Amino acid sequence: MNRRAFRQGKNRVFLALSLIATLAGLACLAALLWTLIAHGIAGISGRLFTEMTPPPGGQGGLLNALYGSAVMTLIGILIGSPIGVLAGTYLAEYGRNSRLSTSIRFINDVLLSAPSIIIGLFIYEIIVVRMGHFSAIAGALSLAILAIPVTLRTTEDMLNLVPVGMKDSSAALGAYPWRTILSILYPAARSGIVTGLLLAIARISGETAPLLFTALNNQFWSTDLNAPMANLPVVIFQFALSPYKDWQNLAWAGALIITVTILLLSISARVLLSLLQAKGGSAR
Amino acid sequence: MAIIDPSHAAKQLIYERIFRSATLSAAILVLVILGGVTVSLLHGAWPALEHFGFSFVTREVWNPVTDEFGALAPIYGTVVTSLIAMVIAVPAGFGIALFLTEMSPPLLKRPIGVAVELLAAVPSIIFGIWGLFVLAPLLQRHVQPWLIGHAGAIPGIGRLFMGPPYGIGILTAGFVLAIMVLPFIAATMRDVFDTVPPMLKESGYGLGATTWEVIWHVVVPHSRVGIVGGVMLGLGRALGETMAVTFVIGNAHRISSSLLAPGTTISSSIANEFTEAVGDLYTSSLIALGLLLFMITFSVIAAAQAMLRRLERRALMSV
Repeated sequence: MNRRAFRQGKNRVFLALSLIATLAGLACLAALLWTLIAHGIAGISGRLFTEMTPPPGGQGGLLNALYGSAVMTLIGILIGSPIGVLAGTYLAEYGRNSRLSTSIRFINDVLLSAPSIIIGLFIYEIIVVRMGHFSAIAGALSLAILAIPVTLRTTEDMLNLVPVGMKDSSAALGAYPWRTILSILYPAARSGIVTGLLLAIARISGETAPLLFTALNNQFWSTDLNAPMANLPVVIFQFALSPYKDWQNLAWAGALIITVTILLLSISARVLLSLLQAKGGSAR
Repeated sequence: MAIIDPSHAAKQLIYERIFRSATLSAAILVLVILGGVTVSLLHGAWPALEHFGFSFVTREVWNPVTDEFGALAPIYGTVVTSLIAMVIAVPAGFGIALFLTEMSPPLLKRPIGVAVELLAAVPSIIFGIWGLFVLAPLLQRHVQPWLIGHAGAIPGIGRLFMGPPYGIGILTAGFVLAIMVLPFIAATMRDVFDTVPPMLKESGYGLGATTWEVIWHVVVPHSRVGIVGGVMLGLGRALGETMAVTFVIGNAHRISSSLLAPGTTISSSIANEFTEAVGDLYTSSLIALGLLLFMITFSVIAAAQAMLRRLERRALMSV
């Protein structure tokens, strides 16, 4: 009887500990969001979207940084995601079990969690050094490299979910694989591939480290891709560490904008995915 | 008109070749990127490695004025902050995974799982700014004085908790890292626990085991490889994490016995100093740091992936 009480007690202790761990994790998320809202909401105003980043001690907005982030994220996605989608297509359709595919899959998973600052150094070495100056295009390229593994992984997974029967039917009609992939598989896996794009945008739009020494920063309005360009993460980094109250407030407002954007992107990616799974479930 | 138009078939074949080679080159580009990263880092790091030789990784000195650079302090900071993060995040992640797979009411399972995954999506700079303005003052006012007062008096480990409570420093960086890698560890462990066949668990319950006993004697042994893989994936993240650490580490190139003192890590040294580095040797030393980080994280993540893959294959075979 005593032994049983001991076992049940031990059970309760460990289950309570795991409940505490879960509550602590959720509390961290809540605390993070709460601080962001509390500090950031005061800084959200019309000026944020109409004025440039201010000089030290001055007031202003984040317009150039928002624009720069949007442009570099967009270019990064436009370059990175086609590569990721095509490579994912190769892994899922053409070279499914070849040794090459196995190693590419492995390397891709490693790149997925590799430190992004390394990619920044890489682009610095091959582009910034060669061009002789920092530029928006270098920043966009480092973001593109970070977008590839995310889109590759989701594309491959999503193509694998398409029922084999659809592929076989298309082949039976005499279609070449490229036709099958473009006309049957991509449309069937569309929401899954879009999910991958959303996740990739979420991933790269908050990246700071690779931009520090590729796009650098720019206090002024610039649309020149060949020159340093302002961007939200680096502005947050510089302004948050500055001694000026106005700059710190702008950093908090920027942090709130980034976080809300990324959380919305991640949530919509998840909703899309669950819709897809619900559809796939009923089809089978 | 013939049913099979030869020119049409020839065109199809050309399109097929073009499309196939496009996908193949995109796939090979992934390998090229990895190769390019390795070569360019080696190339950039070469002047420093040639100048300092092996002593680069064994010396603590970091002096841009006299052009003396050693990587020991950043390596120490990287390893210690990551260890602190793992000591906190591994048990906590295990607890969350356990709660999600064994305890949670079905209705809560998905929302809590999504919340944990959303924590993983928050960019690291946000953790940095939060760590600097919220967590660091909190630790400085409440946790660190207590540590100095109580743990500091214990002989031996007391040395880890000496000195003034700066707020920022190695310990704070470790805490922030712990919160950042927690979702990765928790999510991987949850997925790993889900691969345990229900029948095994039910057999345990059928013999009268408690929930904890089923977890400790059935689930954990069955998914050991995956658990280690998940932990190492988190470790890889912690080692390479840049922005969050840069905010709270204090950027001091020295090795202090106290965890409360400011320090530096490989990634935060690069982030803080790279754009300001003047002189080829300085820049090259920072790139050499990057090369070190790349080699360390690559081996940790590669080992983690290899373990997770092994588990996946086994799960497929048992189905």
